[in-house]
Amino acid sequence: MPVYNLKINGQPLSVEADEDTPLLWVLRDHLDMVGTKFGCGIGQCGACTVHIDGSATRSCLLQVSNVGDMEITTIEGLSEDASHPVQQAWKEVDVPQCGYCQAGQMMSAAAFLSQNSNPNKTEIRDAMSGNICRCASYNRIEKAVELAASKMS
Amino acid sequence: MKNIVSPSFSRRSFIKTSALAGGGMLIGFNLFQACKPEAEPPVDISQLNFNDFNAFIKIADNGMVTIFSPNPEIGQGVKTSMPMLIAEELDVTWENVHVVQGALDTKNFTRQVAGGSQSIRHGWEPLRQTGATARQMLINAAATKWGVEASSCKTENGVIINANGDKLGYGEVVKEAAALKVPENVTLKEVKDFKIIGRDAGNVDIDKITTGKPLFGLDYKEESMSIASVLRPPAFGRKLESFDDTDAKGVKGVQEVIKFGDKIAVLATNTWAAMKGKKALKANWVEETKGESTEEHDKILTGLLNGTEFNTMRADGDVKKAFAEADQVIERVYESPFLPHNCMEPMNFFADVTDDNVRLVGPIQTPAGTARRVADLLKRDPEQVTVEMTRMGGGFGRRLYGDFALEAAEISSLAKKPVKVVYSREDDMSAGIYRPAIKYKIAASVKDGEMTGYHLKEASINSNMYGLIPHFFPAGAIENYQVDVAKYDSNITTGAWRAPYTNFLSFAEQSFFDEVAEILEIDRIKLRLDLLQKVKGTKDENIQYSPERLEAVIKMAVDKSGWGNAKEGVFQGFSAYYCHNTHVAEVADVVLKNDIPIVKKVTCIVDCGIVVNPLGAKNQIEGGVIDGVGHAMYGDFSFKNGEPESKNFDKYQLIRINETPVVETHFIENDIAPTGLGEPTLPPAGAAVANAIKAAKGIRLYKQPFIKHMKTKAPLG
Repeated sequence: MPVYNLKINGQPLSVEADEDTPLLWVLRDHLDMVGTKFGCGIGQCGACTVHIDGSATRSCLLQVSNVGDMEITTIEGLSEDASHPVQQAWKEVDVPQCGYCQAGQMMSAAAFLSQNSNPNKTEIRDAMSGNICRCASYNRIEKAVELAASKMS
Repeated sequence: MKNIVSPSFSRRSFIKTSALAGGGMLIGFNLFQACKPEAEPPVDISQLNFNDFNAFIKIADNGMVTIFSPNPEIGQGVKTSMPMLIAEELDVTWENVHVVQGALDTKNFTRQVAGGSQSIRHGWEPLRQTGATARQMLINAAATKWGVEASSCKTENGVIINANGDKLGYGEVVKEAAALKVPENVTLKEVKDFKIIGRDAGNVDIDKITTGKPLFGLDYKEESMSIASVLRPPAFGRKLESFDDTDAKGVKGVQEVIKFGDKIAVLATNTWAAMKGKKALKANWVEETKGESTEEHDKILTGLLNGTEFNTMRADGDVKKAFAEADQVIERVYESPFLPHNCMEPMNFFADVTDDNVRLVGPIQTPAGTARRVADLLKRDPEQVTVEMTRMGGGFGRRLYGDFALEAAEISSLAKKPVKVVYSREDDMSAGIYRPAIKYKIAASVKDGEMTGYHLKEASINSNMYGLIPHFFPAGAIENYQVDVAKYDSNITTGAWRAPYTNFLSFAEQSFFDEVAEILEIDRIKLRLDLLQKVKGTKDENIQYSPERLEAVIKMAVDKSGWGNAKEGVFQGFSAYYCHNTHVAEVADVVLKNDIPIVKKVTCIVDCGIVVNPLGAKNQIEGGVIDGVGHAMYGDFSFKNGEPESKNFDKYQLIRINETPVVETHFIENDIAPTGLGEPTLPPAGAAVANAIKAAKGIRLYKQPFIKHMKTKAPLG
């Protein structure tokens, strides 16, 4: 099996995996980083969202052989100590119900806010519409994104 | 303030204490026995050992309190709210309480279920009594040390204080307290003295969730475990005839292929290899029983509704006579599709079956029942089966059924190694235990402008409404009242889905009342209030909804939603319902954008008694309302020849944030013992939206999902 040298959360990591293995499963199964979640496998739910060179990307659709030297950031590496404004906002607003989709939600929010630090409600709702929350904690997700934006400005 | 406490059983039946070897005190109690709805005869405590307890309070000698919570946590918040009840009576600072998911004793006890919105209702008294008992023992130990009367001492945030003002921390007396007899009678706090109950408490797992720590079943790992991806019959009614696993075994990482029953498991070193291996299987299926289709179900259910074969669930007066004598009969039919649960975390379970024991780990709403079924399946002594719970990525009823755990156990037993079964989304959506498709026919007889009779008929797949549902509102309000049910036995598996039956029944009835009010030209709020007036003072023990409490939520909804005074362009719809012991009223605000209805806001009034954790409670309420709006609007699921026509989110629409209304929640404040919130705000939402769409567009909706039947383009956010 080929070996891939990945840059994940600022660390170089080598992993042996089949070339068509989605980054999602490389993270979860090969590297024991289970914060990134499996939801649908077809890029529809957003539970597996990570950052690739800072952009929100569905890791279930990205094959490990296509990652190359791009920088991968996962929920485990969003901050060292849960201090990212998005993580703080999620805690302050007490967003999660079951909590399963929230890593993907937070990764989408963080990437979005790095592009637009002062969004209006419509922009937030559009930006977050790729992530499903089956518990429908959507009102709080919206509030938390607003709060995170205010923390960043 | 009235005393809300009525101790109904001996605390000794479920509490035992012990000194900890490393210092400190352990208070064990059996939560599931304690939280049973009916009092159990006291158990001989001396015959129990600590293994018989499944929930614990640990007070360390530094005063730190750890509460081991055994409750299945599916996102409904009980891992936070139930320990709050204990901490309140223990009189400690919530911030100093550490909550840990406790292991479950699945052998001896029954109420280990997350379902029916009952955890808080049943836990309310025994959990507080447990905390109060521990507190009393700590006081007794301190009083003995001081040589004073225990009754002269009080507590405050984990400190015992005597009449002289001397203080002892809980940690300083735990050693002595652990050796004391468990007191028989303890006094519980009055509502006005609550410091933790009624105060916002954040989710106890929040830090793990926001940093991506392993919590869920899918995150669970053990050395040497295989991942199993299972090929199941592609349609209901089919069975496995033959298969070829040559290609599957050629996939790198695949370890072995195991047939069990009509299923084939591909075991691999990792999930991707297992899933690829499954796709590479070639299987031939034959039809054992006929593959059914939604089109046929539609005709069958209509046939049942128009037929004469019913079971009568409740009958008051003489419906036949009322209809015969009526000036007018109003009759409408309401229809809903099957629905999959679609928990965000697909079904999964770990099993390690050895000659000596059966170890199960994973997300399950019913650990005890599942352990029993696994023991039966593997012909093992139930004593050998243990279940460890993980946090659940949603449940909604799907995780009441341990089919996935049985699969894991069977595969592990055959493979003789630890195995974790992992469903893909397609597996999850097509091997479902669905909300059954249902049709309701409701007829009302009208005489002299008043409703004199009400006849509701249910036609459902596989099973019918149960328990007290036939006695919910408007039972008791209409003199001649009848509920009849009929069912069709299908080979498609069905089961509980968040607020079973009422999730659609409420839509039917609350839409019906709205239309009756229009036809009779009665104010739609007045129609409901007049009906409730007639229930007051009823002596019917089956009627457990309170007309006074339902009336109160309706009146507050009128007040808080600005009912009747909506801004121009905003159309409102009303709905009120009682289920799961909680009374709810909702008003939906709909606007039209290019003639497409958009739900902007839902005002939700809830009477769940005392609100234990307002922050968590509001989260449940918001989620329930939006879930109700989402499924009424978009939830569509159908079968063709026994096969689901949608298997992933590209063809199945769940509500998203840009389609979501703002939910404004208000509570009725009272001192009544609390009831649950996991389900009761979902059922009224569909009718509130449908009634608002009627106001906006003049279209009356009888079928879900609305987007399919609105004869207009899909609503946009």
